[in-house]
Amino acid sequence: MAMAKTPSTKPPVAAPRPLLRERPVEGKLIAVEGIDGSGKSTQLYLLKRWLEMQDLKVFLTEWNSSVMVKNITSKAKKLQLLTPTTFSLIHCTDFADRYESQVLPLLRAGYIVLCDRYVYTAFARDIVRGCNVDWITRLYSFAIQPDITFFFKTPLKVALTRILDGRPKLKYHEAGMDLNLSTDIYESFRIFQSRILNRYLAMARPYNFTIIDATRRIEDQQKEVRRIVAQKIDLPVFKWKIKR
Amino acid sequence: MSPAKRLPSKRFYGKGLSGVPLDSLKGMLIVIEGPDGSGRSTQVEFLKSWLESRGHAIVDIGLKRSNLVSKQLGEILDGNVLNPVTLSLFYATDFADQLENIMIPALKAGYMVLADRYIYTLMARDLVRGSDRQWIESLYGLALVPDAVFYLKINPKQLVERNFLKNATLNYWESGMDIGLSRDMFESFVRYQKLIQSEFMRMSSIYGFTIVDANRSARRVSMELQAKIEPLIPS
Repeated sequence: MAMAKTPSTKPPVAAPRPLLRERPVEGKLIAVEGIDGSGKSTQLYLLKRWLEMQDLKVFLTEWNSSVMVKNITSKAKKLQLLTPTTFSLIHCTDFADRYESQVLPLLRAGYIVLCDRYVYTAFARDIVRGCNVDWITRLYSFAIQPDITFFFKTPLKVALTRILDGRPKLKYHEAGMDLNLSTDIYESFRIFQSRILNRYLAMARPYNFTIIDATRRIEDQQKEVRRIVAQKIDLPVFKWKIKR
Repeated sequence: MSPAKRLPSKRFYGKGLSGVPLDSLKGMLIVIEGPDGSGRSTQVEFLKSWLESRGHAIVDIGLKRSNLVSKQLGEILDGNVLNPVTLSLFYATDFADQLENIMIPALKAGYMVLADRYIYTLMARDLVRGSDRQWIESLYGLALVPDAVFYLKINPKQLVERNFLKNATLNYWESGMDIGLSRDMFESFVRYQKLIQSEFMRMSSIYGFTIVDANRSARRVSMELQAKIEPLIPS
């Protein structure tokens, strides 16, 4: 009788794929990124209003956890079950759900899809938690590269002041408490955010972020955002074709 | 026979988990793969008894058994509502949770881990559904390379008989009904199982499976498995 084979330990070799795959779609994807308190959601909302008023097909989606993921994470948190890997996989599952059932179909249907946070949020957060950079970037490689990624750059202090002035109730993972940075949740949040900011800054060039100075007046920022969008996207193409 | 058999040290297929001291994983990881109806779970039971009778402590794992997401995964499969990438990731989460919270601690403590299916089933299912091969391989780069993988190979016609014997019905997912091979469930089952089997044969040449003829009686298969596992056990 032949011996059992020794399983091959040769890892499957795959060419590095540092950037998201491009896939032809009718629509356009605009993402905004930045740390909490950078004002990105306000800017995206204003952009949406402007596009809508031009009678364009627009859809805004937020980086929110679905009910499914919320249930899993709250249970896991109680049982202290989550590791950086499973944390990352659960959120990727959640993103995939939104991506496959909403973002991609809308892009195929010729919408301008606005994403309040995109895969870069996951890259920054998961890498800070100690996930392998290469693994995490490949994990999200099913997602399309945005046509424009606005990064709202804020000095850490400014963003922290905006968030922490109200002494909000911070969530455990949001504050990076699982990283044992500090026993004080506000201090932990500060350290966590500074690491996230550094990851963002490191991604700015390779992922071609369009940097917006988020310390300027809201109106000035929005003016610049609109100018860039109008310049990079042939907007009239996205007008509704049907009478409404 | 060599006097002191030792297991080769563990390693991962690719990247994913960090901070695992591989040298400390003293236990042995044995994987049994094969379709539903191949007698896989019966063989895992037999092996468990046999190994325990010889004084080895066993931990068994399988698909859809994680503390973290198994319940939700069951609900999703019943409802049949997720898109393909989402479903793959859900299974990967289930696997990673068991890997980190059950397998690695058990291997550290010197247990033998018996896996009733492993990443190969998950990969095969995704690949026959057209998933990107590189993506899938990178995703499961986080898995440990087992000490042995046995694939229970059975001819699809036999498989049909055994499935009917067991449940008098064919399972929706095991028939690949979601990919539209045929509207006839019997036809779909046979075609789907053939596709999965050829994917396993292809993977076997990459990952080094030991193919076991599962068309025989459970006892004969069990004897072959024992004979092949025995020489691998460290003394």
